[in-house]
Amino acid sequence: MVTLGLIASVIVGSRNLQNFDGALVAYLFGTIFACFGIVYRYVVWLQRPPTWRYWVRGWQLFFSGKMLIYGWELAKHFFNDFLCQKFIYHRGTKRWIAHLSLVIGCVMAFAVTIPLTWGWIHFGLKQGTIDTYEAYLWGFKTMEFPLHTWIAFNIFHILDWCSVLVIIGVTFMMRRRLTDAGQIAIQTFEGDWLPLILLLAISVTGLGLTWDYEFMQGKAHQFMAISHAISVILFLIWLPFGKFFHLFQRPAQLGVAIYRKEGEIGEQAICPHTEQPFASKLHINDLKEVTKELGFNYELQDGTSHLDLSPQGKRAALAKAHLAARKKSGSYFG
Amino acid sequence: MNNTQFKTDQEFFMDPQRCIGCHACEMACAECETNGQTPMISVDYVDRFATTQTSVQICMHCEDPVCAKACPADAITKDEFGIVHSANVARCVACSNCVLACPFGVPKKVEPMQLMMKCNMCYDRTSAGKKPMCATVCPSGALWYGKREDIEKARPNSTAVNSFQFGKQAVKTKVNIMMPKGSTQLVVD
Repeated sequence: MVTLGLIASVIVGSRNLQNFDGALVAYLFGTIFACFGIVYRYVVWLQRPPTWRYWVRGWQLFFSGKMLIYGWELAKHFFNDFLCQKFIYHRGTKRWIAHLSLVIGCVMAFAVTIPLTWGWIHFGLKQGTIDTYEAYLWGFKTMEFPLHTWIAFNIFHILDWCSVLVIIGVTFMMRRRLTDAGQIAIQTFEGDWLPLILLLAISVTGLGLTWDYEFMQGKAHQFMAISHAISVILFLIWLPFGKFFHLFQRPAQLGVAIYRKEGEIGEQAICPHTEQPFASKLHINDLKEVTKELGFNYELQDGTSHLDLSPQGKRAALAKAHLAARKKSGSYFG
Repeated sequence: MNNTQFKTDQEFFMDPQRCIGCHACEMACAECETNGQTPMISVDYVDRFATTQTSVQICMHCEDPVCAKACPADAITKDEFGIVHSANVARCVACSNCVLACPFGVPKKVEPMQLMMKCNMCYDRTSAGKKPMCATVCPSGALWYGKREDIEKARPNSTAVNSFQFGKQAVKTKVNIMMPKGSTQLVVD
């Protein structure tokens, strides 16, 4: 349904395909496939009991009448986690710069290319002039700018700037994957290298297109255009399946923020061992139900649950049980 | 995973009763490259006011890991060697489900990074055929990595057990705990 909605929006947004650029048809099919794949995977992902539980809880809490509190919480997390990506800064300053370069480059490129591909945006010469360009969104004129100015230069080269940012990010990430022993041990080709190779291929061939028409009189246009199209379409096909899917999963972090806020406001779970609060009661109760749905039952003989213990309490319970077993055997060591 | 030098004839054996609380394992764990210098091992005083007993806890690498199943972001995976890996950094949404669901109290959430991290049996070392850092430095043998027949010879009055009972829930693990001779399970209730 979402895919059909997308196709309808392309037809309507491009004014019955009047503003659709036929040269971009392969990209259009790529985005339609990506849309189907992303929605399909997202729906499958939502069906996991813990995911469904927190997805529903997130919306329930958001519409529970505390919209101001949660709205402010969401705004804070959106600023810190999405715009500034502070959590990646804490994982490493260079990683943060590299990731930020990748994000800015990719998001800007998506914002330009996807509406262009769908025919939502198009450019044209202003009637009666030869040096003024007009930009249209869904067929409505949104802006005009004179040619041969820095504005025009940057608008026409925005994808080049995106490519440069992506190449900076990819280069650092690749270097890390070649030199960091921990990363080398756990990385996989499809999970870690393929996404970087695809992003690099898109950026290099994209810059190649500019290089070709600026400095090679378009002699390599066909090669550049085809290799760029292949790399972009491979990226779109891989989007729902590989690492790139985290772009669509990551907003769940906002739901977690609301959930945690609710937990902070509400009753706390007290660990029977440490006698200290360690999580929200809401979280522990939800977890008991989710683990049961998943086929785990941590109910103890006295009717309480092993999940009522904090992580420290659980470790102590294990150590005590081990000591008791050793004691019972008559020897503490063996 | 890429490396195939993981020694399948070697296992991890843990004996909390031997822990002397020296924290050497913790220091060594911070050397593990996959953790980014953050120790993933827990050394606790079991009941500080009543006893000097200390205890050590590494990830037991459950056969059916509840941490992975309870993860809403599908960020935790178990590989072909039975190693349950730390959360995928791109997917983890720092919800703490794994931290609270683990019956052994193992995963840790590193708040500023918004990331769950846990022991992955020093995968950078074990996947290259080496021993985990903690097992190489433990002075009392509370953490021991090697061949089963070797520990059976060294500790004839103990039996390696990988079965646990937490209330109604039975849990089987890759890592063994050393129990009195003839034991089949450690019951935690």
